Amino acid sequence: MTPLLSVRNLSKSYGAQLGCNAVSFDLFPGEVMGIVGESGSGKSTLLNCIAGHIAQDRGQVVYDTRADGPRDTVTMPEPERRMLGRTDWAFVHQNPRDGLRMNVSAGGNVGERLMAVGARNYGDIRDTAQDWLGRVEIAAGRIDDRPSTFSGGMQQRLQIARNLVTAPRLVFMDEPTGGLDVSVQARLLDMLRELVREMGLSVILVTHDLAVVRLLAHRLMVMKSGEVVETGLTDQVLDDPQHAYTQLLVSSVLHV
Amino acid sequence: MSDYNFAYLDEQTKRMIRRAILKGLAVPGYQVPFASREMPMPYGWGTGGVQVTAACLTPDDTVKVIDQGADDTTNAVSIRKFFEKTAGVATTTSTAAADLIQTRHRIPEEPLREDQILVYQVPIPEPLRFLEPRETETRKMHSLEEYGLMHVKLYEDIARHGHIATSYAYPVMVEDRYVMDPSPIPKFDNPKLESAAIQLFGAGREQRIYALPPHTRVVSLDFDDHPFDPSRADHPCALCGAEGSYLDEVITDDRGGRMFVCSDTDFCETRRDAAKDEVAA
Repeated sequence: MTPLLSVRNLSKSYGAQLGCNAVSFDLFPGEVMGIVGESGSGKSTLLNCIAGHIAQDRGQVVYDTRADGPRDTVTMPEPERRMLGRTDWAFVHQNPRDGLRMNVSAGGNVGERLMAVGARNYGDIRDTAQDWLGRVEIAAGRIDDRPSTFSGGMQQRLQIARNLVTAPRLVFMDEPTGGLDVSVQARLLDMLRELVREMGLSVILVTHDLAVVRLLAHRLMVMKSGEVVETGLTDQVLDDPQHAYTQLLVSSVLHV
Repeated sequence: MSDYNFAYLDEQTKRMIRRAILKGLAVPGYQVPFASREMPMPYGWGTGGVQVTAACLTPDDTVKVIDQGADDTTNAVSIRKFFEKTAGVATTTSTAAADLIQTRHRIPEEPLREDQILVYQVPIPEPLRFLEPRETETRKMHSLEEYGLMHVKLYEDIARHGHIATSYAYPVMVEDRYVMDPSPIPKFDNPKLESAAIQLFGAGREQRIYALPPHTRVVSLDFDDHPFDPSRADHPCALCGAEGSYLDEVITDDRGGRMFVCSDTDFCETRRDAAKDEVAA
């Protein structure tokens, strides 16, 4: 089976400051991989490098494209990479304001990707937007409201709808539940789990919340100071941590 | 008159502007940056159009200037005077008699010919400006043909008003490549952008020039189920009776009295003169 995404020796430093160092991994179709670590461990840098938002220093990011099979997205021409970024890939930001257009209605936000790939029938775009708002549990009557009138949880769900509307195969998530209260977070996780299973999505999930990866991720990668210190199946890593840092991380989780 | 170089600008500046114009004509709809000069009028009064006009003028040319279709408004009169004084060229109010027409907010009703140039004054050349404030990003969007955002604006119009409510500066696609802001002309004039004349667009404050060569394909953006509609007030002109021209609504008293008249004053006068001649004959 060819991996959907295969990252080899990806490195990025900010001057003398190390972002991430020689990270390699494979992600297979339908797989959810969690990247955990403390703040500043390089997990967001890694995610942004893979998604092409910031330029890496060294390494390859080979993606199994629908049309041409495995291609290195780093050396791929920019138009193709950006096209990939708004069709087959999705990026869910921690702060929905980074991923949404706050001065455009919810329907327009969901429809933007469709229009970007050539949809030119207003009725169809609106029907699709309506359908997606329903799937992320936003009331149909809110379709013409701006995201600025939405609560934090609704904004995050809208961002997810806006990203999934083109049926991507790979989703990058950067702390998707950060900044949400626990009940809203639980509903969002429930919804994400359902969407991931239903659409067969592959996900790279960056978070510092171990409970989130326990619920969503199949595999786990633990990062510390830009290095991957431990990888494995989620339950295996969380229940039987081998590396000293992972042990510390797991023992730091608060219980109610 | 001879205190000024011909048409106010120095020759080097005119060469610089002509290079930008030629590049604009070679890449229709592409916004060419140019080193806009300070002109003896405020930004917003047509400094871009005036510079383009100055770079195109020859001593034998006849100039016409219109503002909202009219030859006798402040902006039109002062720019016409400007070129009378600094270039010594002949001026006219007749569309047919002009070699070069500088315009603000309208395209003349009378179809233009291949030997004419139409110069537009442009306040904001970037059609994506209010959707994407970053210039670096809009330039990338133009170069990669990422125009989905333009339709998001039209989508918002329909969602909010039930129809595409953008009625001026209506975005167009030029030769299936560049999305262009046709300057704040009413969308009624959009079909006239496919013209036999050379059309040049000058934005002085924003320092951009763009152009449409003769007979360039210009398509107004729309949705399949909400096609482009060059709407028009549902009245004939109260002065000349024209049915197919763009109309201004003129308030005549404070009791709700109003009349609709052609915004193109030359077109209206020409029709009224012809009607008078017919009666006389």
